[in-house]
Amino acid sequence: MFAEENGFFGDPRIKAISDAIRVVPHFPKPGIMFQDITTLLLDPKAFRYTIDIFVDRYRDKNISLVAGVEARGFIFGPPIALAIGAKFVPLRKPRKLPGEVISEAYVLEYGTDCLEMHVGAVQPGESVLIVDDLVATGGTLSAAIRLLERAGAEVVECACVIGLPLVKGNWKLNGVPLYVLVEPRLDDLERTL
Amino acid sequence: MAATNSDHIQTDAAVKDVRISRISSSIRVIPDFPKPGIMFQDITTMLLDPVAFKDTIDLFVERYREKNISVVAGVEARGFIFGPPIALALGAKFVPIRKPNKLPGEVISEEYSLEYGTDIMEMHVGAVQKGERVLVIDDLIATGGTLVAAIKLLERVGADVVECACVIELADLKGRDRLGDKPLFVLVSSTC
Repeated sequence: MFAEENGFFGDPRIKAISDAIRVVPHFPKPGIMFQDITTLLLDPKAFRYTIDIFVDRYRDKNISLVAGVEARGFIFGPPIALAIGAKFVPLRKPRKLPGEVISEAYVLEYGTDCLEMHVGAVQPGESVLIVDDLVATGGTLSAAIRLLERAGAEVVECACVIGLPLVKGNWKLNGVPLYVLVEPRLDDLERTL
Repeated sequence: MAATNSDHIQTDAAVKDVRISRISSSIRVIPDFPKPGIMFQDITTMLLDPVAFKDTIDLFVERYREKNISVVAGVEARGFIFGPPIALALGAKFVPIRKPNKLPGEVISEEYSLEYGTDIMEMHVGAVQKGERVLVIDDLIATGGTLVAAIKLLERVGADVVECACVIELADLKGRDRLGDKPLFVLVSSTC
């Protein structure tokens, strides 16, 4: 669900977050309007609001672990984990994690990719939050959910700064609810970086 | 915080020591990764200990809180784990320094040496202004090649790199010396 539909309508923090995101047209290829969160990170207030909204939502949900998807999930996941006293687990591209791993493949537009997690990072029955900057097709997040469920975790929710419902009105991914702060924008505001 | 009596200083050092020893113990060493002979310092186990992870961030924030740092630059990818919490606590901007072709906007690039060959590091144009005081963060310093490249990127835009900070230093590789006049602060020094 969108934060705005869940009690944040008119919250100036949501507008500040959305306005701080830069749209870069035709990256990485023609037709893609890339939602660039690096400008959000250059706005300490807006970055703080982003983390605060997630922390307020998850603080009392007994989440023991936050999993962040490489690499931009590493930016948003740890501050949330620290604030709620949870462990942080990086979900990584192949061959980056040094210990024994479990792997989950997922489909790209052309070809496949793979996400890995350390064996033993998650205990069966743990309540987990998955964090990434953006959800598009949901392929990466689905792979993340499968990895965590294979380790016996219960994925409580997936949280992203930016995204759209996967199909109109559908805010679940493999049965796991998706929580998003802002929609992607199609054009950029008048801005100097 | 000025300590004016020796008990206070001792207590400070003792508290810090307890935090540092927990952090150090929480780091896992994986032999022969990514190749034979390398003892890899794995911080993922520290991230599984919320007290150790919080202490790590607190130790850095305590050091830099009064130093007017306006930018924390974190090197991809493990610098992205430590940099943002520090930036948030300091009220500073966070700037990711990335492998090539990841940043979507206009970038400046810096090439650096690997053991075999070279690699490239990039930063967005306009992210850092001339004269800004910058802290560079990564999880670990080995030979110092990556940090030197990050420092060069920042200095090319006129920033003042105040210090480099890492959780772990591999002291035998003498990365500290490669940083030249740039100070290095680490929590744990390893001579594996």
